[in-house]
Amino acid sequence: MTAVDTARPATGGRRTRRPRGLTAHIILVVAVLVSVFPFAWTIVMATNTTQDIYKSPPKFTFGSHLLENIRHVLNTIDFFGSMLNTVIVATVTTALVLFIDSLAAFTFAKFDFPGRKILFGTLLLFMMLPLQLAILPQFILMSKIGWVGMLKALALPSLANAFGIFWLHQYIQNGVPDELLDAARIDGAGFFRQYWNIALPMIRPALSFLAIYAFVNCWNDYIWPLVVLTDPGHVTLQVELAQLNVGHTTDYSMVMAGVLMAALPLVIVFSIFARGFIAGATEGAVQGS
Amino acid sequence: MSKHRGGPGPARFRPRRTAPAGTARPKRRGPLAYWRQYLAISPFYLIFAAFSFFPVFYSLYLAFQRWDGMGTMQFVGLQQFRFLWDDPVFWLSIRNTLVIWVLSTVPTLFGALTLATLLHSVRRFKGFYRIALYVPNVTSIVAVAIFFGAVFSNNFGLVNAILGVVGISPVPWLSNPWLIKVVISLLMTWQWTGYNMIIYLAGLQAIPTSIYEAAKMDGAGPIRTFFQITIPIMRPIILFTVIISTINGLQSFSEPQVLFASNAANANLGGPGQAGLTTLLYFYQSAFLNNDYGYGAAIVWAFFVLIIILVAVNWRLTTRGRKA
Repeated sequence: MTAVDTARPATGGRRTRRPRGLTAHIILVVAVLVSVFPFAWTIVMATNTTQDIYKSPPKFTFGSHLLENIRHVLNTIDFFGSMLNTVIVATVTTALVLFIDSLAAFTFAKFDFPGRKILFGTLLLFMMLPLQLAILPQFILMSKIGWVGMLKALALPSLANAFGIFWLHQYIQNGVPDELLDAARIDGAGFFRQYWNIALPMIRPALSFLAIYAFVNCWNDYIWPLVVLTDPGHVTLQVELAQLNVGHTTDYSMVMAGVLMAALPLVIVFSIFARGFIAGATEGAVQGS
Repeated sequence: MSKHRGGPGPARFRPRRTAPAGTARPKRRGPLAYWRQYLAISPFYLIFAAFSFFPVFYSLYLAFQRWDGMGTMQFVGLQQFRFLWDDPVFWLSIRNTLVIWVLSTVPTLFGALTLATLLHSVRRFKGFYRIALYVPNVTSIVAVAIFFGAVFSNNFGLVNAILGVVGISPVPWLSNPWLIKVVISLLMTWQWTGYNMIIYLAGLQAIPTSIYEAAKMDGAGPIRTFFQITIPIMRPIILFTVIISTINGLQSFSEPQVLFASNAANANLGGPGQAGLTTLLYFYQSAFLNNDYGYGAAIVWAFFVLIIILVAVNWRLTTRGRKA
């Protein structure tokens, strides 16, 4: 970066560079508008009545019917009930995924044991498989043990997160020095102490990335909850949300209020952690430290 | 150093010995000595075995049975696959999936590469752009599908309303077989461009600036630099995104399922003319709405073969000329 900065005035490239930078900004701003537009338009729809939106030309400004639409949503679906279900499943899944994956990743990254290569290879291979192959037997399995319709049936399959292990493995290999583990070993720390007291604190950035990744995935999952939660009173937010959309005469303002309410928590959480999350994604994608 | 996470098997895993050279404690032989390690990986492998490994093979077994999930299973050999071969709806769903995949993947990857290059070249507001462009990927497909359904609605949608203002008569976005696919593809493009952009950006940042300076010194313009330096160096990363997009793009299910939810109860799944019936949606319909488990399993396995073929083809196309 600094190399470019110092080189530029010397070569006199500034005059030719400036307009290109401006064009880049214009294109990027347009792209940002396109990617943010649905959120803005959702708010516009949610704050108006459906009649206002269906008018030609449609109303482009925020209206004052938001509360009314929200009340309508709450009367139509069990919004908070399904949200609570989603929060419970997503939280428990995320916590367990972090623990299970970091433990396995640490073991794979820092220890050699018989079968290590084969086990890790299987994991990589399965990372590539479409999960849909397993949905039907998973459902059969759940109905055999009588868990269909239960929240635990929702969480279990996603606990084996192969991507998480692979990703943490890469991070631990570079991020946790062997020398440190050796030193701890000399001081008498056993395997689990090395994991808990040395590795875990050192990979906190990687863990927070994985936490957001797992949480968002769980929150937004649709096909599996749709399949396994057969009881209408016990569904997740996404399934409940899709229910709003059913029917031929859709009250779009009301539906959009629901979409907005469902998206808001996640967008807020994401905005808070976005910087770290994207930095983490970048770091994981390219091995460079 | 720009090795990528999903790339082909890297040869850089060097297992560290448990005991370093300094500590003179010879390891006992035999797997039992490593019980801590096995214990540490066992939670993952137990769940993995029960809910991923076993199910994948069980679904292969199911594909050779006739079963409604309740009665007794009946072995029918290749009959399900023979039926699949002659099933026009299955082939329709494959065609739909492929068209949607091409219509969404091509603009997504080109757009992502362009945006990443632009973003890499600017110096201000980088963080803001990255986050704002990534946000679509964090929203749920259900919410986005509902939104697109509203905006592209045939009668009152925003798009047709705007076209009306300009004087163009309404376009039947959600009933014309081609436009249905266009809408689904637009939805996927909107959601996945930012994701791929982040990956490309990571790759671009790993390229040392000295290479660009050398190119500049040799008198290469920005376009030439892009095609002769950026693209070749980024090749493994582009390969990764092509493969991930193939796997993701072929799995379109929620988009048409939510978009045409009002028809979920009818046989007319996937919208008018079943133009939005993707293979996964057809699988869902066969297995869970019609309780034809054997046929459902046959569909996913045929679909899996399709993914493998397309990944292999893409692999060849993307790596072609590399070793020339």
